[in-house]
Amino acid sequence: MAVIVYIESENGSPKKAGLEVASYGRAIADAKGLPLVGVGFNVTQREDLNAYGVDTFYNMDTLGEVNFDVNRYSEAIAQVVEKEKASTVVVSSTSNGRYLGPIVAIKTNAAYLSNVVALPTTYEPVQVKRTCFTNKAFNETQSTKERTVLSLSSNSFGLHKKQSTVTFMDGTYPSLSSTLQVKSVEKVTDKVSIADADIVVSGGRGLKGPENWHLIEDLAEVLGAATACSKPVSDMGWRPHSEHVGQTGKPVASNLYIAIGVSGAIQHLAGINASKVKVVINTDPEAPFFKAADYGIVGDAFEVVPKLTEKLKARTQ
Amino acid sequence: MTPCHFFIYIRIKLDIMNILVCISNVPDTTSKINFKEGNTAFDTQGVQFIINPNDEFGLTRAIWLQQKEGAKVTVVTVGDASCEPILRKCLAIGADQALRIDLQPQDGFEVAAQLAAICKKEHFDLIITGRESIDYNGGMVGGMLATLMDMPYVANCIQLDIASNEVGVQREIDGGKEVLNAKLPLVIGAQKGLVEEKDLIIPNMRGIMQARQKPLDVISPEEISPASKVLTFEKPSEKGPVKLVDADDIDGLIDLLENEAKVL
Ligand SMILES: Cc1cc2nc3c(=O)[nH]c(=O)nc-3n(C[C@H](O)[C@H](O)[C@H](O)COP(=O)(O)OP(=O)(O)OC[C@H]3O[C@@H](n4cnc5c(N)ncnc54)[C@H](O)[C@@H]3O)c2cc1C
Ligand SMILES: Nc1ncnc2c1ncn2[C@@H]1O[C@H](COP(=O)(O)O)[C@@H](O)[C@H]1O
Repeated sequence: MAVIVYIESENGSPKKAGLEVASYGRAIADAKGLPLVGVGFNVTQREDLNAYGVDTFYNMDTLGEVNFDVNRYSEAIAQVVEKEKASTVVVSSTSNGRYLGPIVAIKTNAAYLSNVVALPTTYEPVQVKRTCFTNKAFNETQSTKERTVLSLSSNSFGLHKKQSTVTFMDGTYPSLSSTLQVKSVEKVTDKVSIADADIVVSGGRGLKGPENWHLIEDLAEVLGAATACSKPVSDMGWRPHSEHVGQTGKPVASNLYIAIGVSGAIQHLAGINASKVKVVINTDPEAPFFKAADYGIVGDAFEVVPKLTEKLKARTQ
Repeated sequence: MTPCHFFIYIRIKLDIMNILVCISNVPDTTSKINFKEGNTAFDTQGVQFIINPNDEFGLTRAIWLQQKEGAKVTVVTVGDASCEPILRKCLAIGADQALRIDLQPQDGFEVAAQLAAICKKEHFDLIITGRESIDYNGGMVGGMLATLMDMPYVANCIQLDIASNEVGVQREIDGGKEVLNAKLPLVIGAQKGLVEEKDLIIPNMRGIMQARQKPLDVISPEEISPASKVLTFEKPSEKGPVKLVDADDIDGLIDLLENEAKVL
């Protein structure tokens, strides 16, 4: 018996989302008196696994295959789950984590619960708090299976260190043929992605046009933040679709969300509500965003934002 | 030849692509969410239901394949009779036929398993689900259905090009996209990008009239237990009022973010 966590990595090192999942899995393992078993692909850096309480780690060497392969990854995780007779499996809510979760659940005859935001309130059966209606509500869901795969919402549990000494195991990367083949991966490498970002700076129609987006980009740069936008902004082609956040766009669960020239329509707020601290900058004191925000400035973005960027820049120097 | 055999015969003969689009009936995005019966059930009173936006992108892509390649488009929902208006809307948009599996599902697994039962009876070359439903946001039905059917699944699908059996697909990933080759049969999770907002089809009078004549079959569900159940709902606690900072006091804002909110 064990608690299993899928630890996502990049260039051999666990990603933050993977370490949050390890922190969460460690807490479950402690509550149940079980070891914490990690599964990952091409992980070479071990310090983080020790620092976040992983007892055993199955590292799958994909022998030069660099691209994510949903069939082989899900099969590899499922095999470890069966081998360790795990009743709880945790994945992150990154796009790959959410891709694998339901597939691993079917392969291992488990229930799948996504959008988990807290530790289970009971373990037999597993009962846990999740968001629903795109962050407009929560629910308590009970698994009716003996095995449960949980997908943890980003930034909902946080990073919690706990020292351990990890035993590395060489997992066997399953050879499976599939009609699905990754041809190429196109990543915007010099930018922080919305999913990974601690801070997100978002612009709305109040910015008047794409030519003014340097305001958003400059602020994001000093903060090391990702850039986002409202739906009409991406619909009009001012910004790429990948920046559209909200109920029908990407979900945001950052520590800080700064909305500039965004009115705060219900569909926008639903998608970003999981962010911890929200700041609004808007000329209209009646804009609905002021009801959802923690901090606000009633003012013109074209005056306020450059000043904010300058001050922050001065602060970091 | 039974009508069913005849249908299969025709399909193979003409090599018509058979597409299934899975439709989730969800509260309109502007809905205020309330609960009833001691917070154990969603209160549908006064709530307008719509086609799940991700499913509408998928349906539109399917209709294009119908118009260009002569594909046959079936829409399916697992739900009670209250889902029929949105199925009629799908027919008015252009779907050829609708199926309703008569069951109020308790979780995504139950939906996936019921859909799999349908897909085992009739072969679909392409099954389109949405990336996620905007009510329960499981993001699970597509992947589960594909795995139950032993078919490949492309989540967060933003492009689909079909040339006979060869399929080019793109998947949105964190900070970029993945370009893949696939073959039919295939399951995808549709989202914006697969088609654009402006491409969505608003049913016209003719479509609405035709929809009344198109088949909407009600199917009895299989015996399948859900894998989970929702016990209670809760609304987020009311947050305190916003702290306003003067537009000239940028230092004040930075100070609050650094020392009070501790996010810088
Ligand atoms: C089915 C459906 C799904 C939707 N999904 C989403 C979604 O996922 N995400 C989303 O964002 N929207 C979504 N929407 C759209 C949503 O309803 C709003 O229309 C949209 O969020 C508004 O975008 P906005 O705030 O950029 O623009 P507006 O509402 O036009 O707001 C612009 C704001 O900028 C302010 N402003 C103007 N000038 C300045 C200035 N100089 N400085 C500072 N502020 C200024 C104005 O006071 C105003 O508040 C959806 C709508 C529907 C129908
Ligand atoms: N009750 C349902 N009937 C038919 N399809 C559904 C149903 N619920 C969800 N789906 C499909 O599965 C997708 C993902 O839903 P979910 O897993 O609930 O986020 C939706 O976009 C639909 O395409």
